[in-house]
Amino acid sequence: MTFTSPVLSYALLSPVLILLGGALIGVLVEAFVSKALRPVVQLTLSLGTLMLALMQVWRIRGEESLTPAMGSLVIDGPAVLIQGSILIIAIISIFLIADTEHFTPLPAALPGSAEEREAEQAGNQVTEVYPLTLFAVSGMMIFPIATDLIMLFVALEVLSLPLYLMAGLSRRRRLASQESALKYFLLGSFASAFFLFGAAYLYGFSGSITFSGIQAAVVGGTGNDVLLLIGMSFLSIGLLFKVGAVPFHSWTPDVYQGAPTPITAFMAAATKVAAFGAMLRIYYTVFANAEWSWIPVISAIAIISMVLGSLVAIAQRDVKRMLAYSSIAHAGFLLSGIIALNKSGLDATIFYLFAYGIATVGGFAVVTLVRDSSGEVTDLNRWKGLGKRSPFAASAFALFLLAFAGIPLTSGFIGKFSIFSAAYENGATAVVITGVLSSAIAAFFYIRVIVLMFFTDAVEDGTAVEVPSILTRATVVISAVITLVLGIYPAPVLDFITDLAIFIR
Amino acid sequence: MFISNTLVYLIALPLAGAAILLLGGRRTNKWGHLLATAMSASSFGVGLYQLMLMLDRPTEQRPASQKLFEWIHVGEFKVDAGLLLDQLSICFVLLITGVGTLIHIYSISYMSHDKDRRRFFAYLNLFIASMLLLVLGDSYLNLYVGWEGVGLASYLLIGFWNQKPAYATASKKAFVMNRVGDMGLSFAIMIAFATMGTVSFVGVQEQVSQTSEAALTAIGLMLLVAAAGKSAQFPLQAWLGDAMAGPTPVSALIHAATMVTAGVYLITRSNFVFDAAPTAQLVVVIVGAITLMFGALIGTAKDDIKKALAASTMSQIGYMTLAAGLGPVGYAFAIMHLLTHGFFKAGMFLGAGSVMHGMNDEVNMRKYGALRKFMPITFVTFGLGYLAILGIPPFAGFYSKDLIIETAFDAGGAKGIILGITTLIGASITAFYMTRVMILTFTGTKRWDEDAHPHESPWLMWLPMAILAIGSVSSGYLLSRGDALENWLYPLFDHSDEYQKHLIEPIIVSGMALTMVAIGVAVAYFKYARQEVSSTAPEDVSIFTKVARQDLMQDRFNEAVFMRPGQALTTTLIAADQAVVDGAVRGVGQVALSSGSALRGLQNGYVRSYAAIILVGAIALIAAIWVVVS
Repeated sequence: MTFTSPVLSYALLSPVLILLGGALIGVLVEAFVSKALRPVVQLTLSLGTLMLALMQVWRIRGEESLTPAMGSLVIDGPAVLIQGSILIIAIISIFLIADTEHFTPLPAALPGSAEEREAEQAGNQVTEVYPLTLFAVSGMMIFPIATDLIMLFVALEVLSLPLYLMAGLSRRRRLASQESALKYFLLGSFASAFFLFGAAYLYGFSGSITFSGIQAAVVGGTGNDVLLLIGMSFLSIGLLFKVGAVPFHSWTPDVYQGAPTPITAFMAAATKVAAFGAMLRIYYTVFANAEWSWIPVISAIAIISMVLGSLVAIAQRDVKRMLAYSSIAHAGFLLSGIIALNKSGLDATIFYLFAYGIATVGGFAVVTLVRDSSGEVTDLNRWKGLGKRSPFAASAFALFLLAFAGIPLTSGFIGKFSIFSAAYENGATAVVITGVLSSAIAAFFYIRVIVLMFFTDAVEDGTAVEVPSILTRATVVISAVITLVLGIYPAPVLDFITDLAIFIR
Repeated sequence: MFISNTLVYLIALPLAGAAILLLGGRRTNKWGHLLATAMSASSFGVGLYQLMLMLDRPTEQRPASQKLFEWIHVGEFKVDAGLLLDQLSICFVLLITGVGTLIHIYSISYMSHDKDRRRFFAYLNLFIASMLLLVLGDSYLNLYVGWEGVGLASYLLIGFWNQKPAYATASKKAFVMNRVGDMGLSFAIMIAFATMGTVSFVGVQEQVSQTSEAALTAIGLMLLVAAAGKSAQFPLQAWLGDAMAGPTPVSALIHAATMVTAGVYLITRSNFVFDAAPTAQLVVVIVGAITLMFGALIGTAKDDIKKALAASTMSQIGYMTLAAGLGPVGYAFAIMHLLTHGFFKAGMFLGAGSVMHGMNDEVNMRKYGALRKFMPITFVTFGLGYLAILGIPPFAGFYSKDLIIETAFDAGGAKGIILGITTLIGASITAFYMTRVMILTFTGTKRWDEDAHPHESPWLMWLPMAILAIGSVSSGYLLSRGDALENWLYPLFDHSDEYQKHLIEPIIVSGMALTMVAIGVAVAYFKYARQEVSSTAPEDVSIFTKVARQDLMQDRFNEAVFMRPGQALTTTLIAADQAVVDGAVRGVGQVALSSGSALRGLQNGYVRSYAAIILVGAIALIAAIWVVVS
């Protein structure tokens, strides 16, 4: 038996390698740096790692390779765009994560126990959250560039496991936080099992675990479509679970609500980008020739996601749950980009992912600011009159809501417009009509919140807006600026995406 | 077309002013108002410079354009953000920045005691920038952005003193009624794009000949809805009176000289659409005629000086709309009346502000009287505006209004006679209520409250009034001398087959108009100057006065036509719902809410239920694929 040593293109893989290296150093920092220094060191390290990775992604833009790692990974235009989006979102999220107010001082202690109080008095901080974030980001970076099923599964787990942990780290309402983490873990494992099962069927169908092998089998046909269909369905379930599409969405509201808000922001934005990045690659290349079988089904899922997400969001009284349902609806909008299955659909989906991710981080960043003495206030009734008390926070939140609603002059409008027109080109009229109608329903509840903030008299119940720390302020301002610029002058970004976004196979 | 790269400064300067003042916060309190005024003035300077450049170019080269950036390029849909400055928009640019700057200067003094003066000036600059974008946009979509911008700025300025709930309500009312108009504009844009595939002015103009009249009529009517909302035309006129809650300079700038004329701009800008859609054009004329009478009648019964002027504005814009509906020959006259009106009405509003300034913010004219002696400058400037709006030669209104009356008669047939007589009666009523305002305010006996100490306003306030008064005196003559404005606008409006001879000699029309005006003045004189005016509004008045005091029941009308049927429909639906299928038929929102709540029941928090949902979903998914495949 002979082994051939693997040939790796280090330059093309450098963003991922930098992230993994940064995460490992982060673990060492936990072990060897003194408690007082850790927060600063970890923040600097994470930020530096992410920036460096982003720089590397910028440098490899325009390069293409099918074999940066022996055919398990691929680097092409969409890969660079998705990776860049994930990194930018991670960078502005890390500013939020740096606000330790949100995290429990001692995750291992029972809620309300003496140990917890001691740790709190000692000023402990869970700086482990930084390396965990970096690990999650590396998983997210690999997910959309994986080109075989094993790599895809490994990436899925690498991105998921840290998130399960991070969801349970909340300082306030710790039981709810731990409950949500456990739910996320259990349901996530359930979905992973489907995913793995689907991968097995696909191997059975094609005799290959690589995307190109499966694709060849789809094109050529092996005479056993049952295996393909079951495999495709199960694989899709794993992916649809990650993006929170109906009916695999049920974890979303509970986890979004329970997790510490900075984690929710990061998870909601970055996971969606990564998972849709992988979906784009799989549906646009591997399954493209079997589109007669999956387009109707994915269309149905898109429609019910849009409708259910928009309808249920109306009935929410909690701002984080409302945003969770809105993200379900947005998963539906994004699926219409998958259905489009053409070049403009690819461009539009990537643009939409970036725009939506940025607005999501910004929106949750504002949520972290509205607090009373016992932590964040997420009850919408207590957001009344926020516009008078804090014009900064309220106007920024209003802007993000308008972007979610797709009102012109925000990034959301350009995103919705382009993604729906792409889906329309491919004849997905029903999806587009439902999309426009549910956007109208959705606009209703977004605007209701704006009315609540600006035109309702405040109740005096101690709800106050924190004076934003410089880091949080940076998150809000950067997100707001990007959201506006992409709405007013999106042409350069759209052109950039159009030039780069071509899958190689 | 001439390519210019300096047009953007027109908008950028006031926009920068607004940004600096809003973002700079309290640090800019000391000099913010000066900066805002300077920005507006420099924009006026740029406007004058552009005019010079334009005059230097041959006629066909006069319009200038500037492409700012590619805005939306998605698939087949391409819209660029671009500016277009032609003979029509330069008129507006100079009016907006010129009158705007004067009102900035006036406000420095008028708002000097307000602790939020900086914010006020920021909004004023924002308004100027949006209004300029509205008139400079080279497509309906760019216009729409400015259109929304002025709506926002107007909302912020009407509700500037929002600590008073009534004022906040007023701004909300203006906002909502404007939304109805905005829907019209967005529908017009959508229809235009669907039928012609373009939304730029040039593109639409080229496509008109290949478009069916039905589509053009639909576009025209939707544009009219938009114009009615912004310009307070029937049936969307109700907000203008309430909008007077804002500070008086706002009323002068937005609700007299500029924003409310945006509707007239929209109609004249879309002249190619209306020329090809006679039905829509006829509706424009009818709306204009109704509004000019409507506003005039309301004006006769208002005791609040600002509301009387607001009603008058509504009526005068009715004249412009009517002229704009009369086809190519009317467009130029609509614009001329718009410009002269900008001078005299803004001047009178500033005069009203000056009176209020001296009278402890009292707005009830029955509490004024004999102010002529105490405020001589205000009296003279207001008086010149008064003579102008009446149409006494040689003041501005004489030229512009007479031309509209002539054109109305020239429409020919029964239409011409009805329109002509309407405009004549309107002129007479205008004379009546404006004379009433003059008499109640400046002459007669003192009916002041005890603590009133009227005094002339400081120079910063009377100087703009004086400059506007010069405009009230001279602008009509200057614009109509040798048909100056008509010839200037000539290339834009196609009136090849016009210039027929007048059906009635202009001198006879002028004679009739002046007679009608004299009657109006005389009635007002005998009713108010020869009799004692009580300081409270008399209750034993005729039913007409009562109705007019209620704004001709416009709010009742809205309630009766929109709100009540809406409510009745809902009630019926709920009744039907309970009678027929329980919970099946309800309002859309109700259904959404209840289904939302029902679906929320699935979200019970148990992880086993969630897993079950996923399992069921998985089975459904496979079943669905099965169905699709087989």
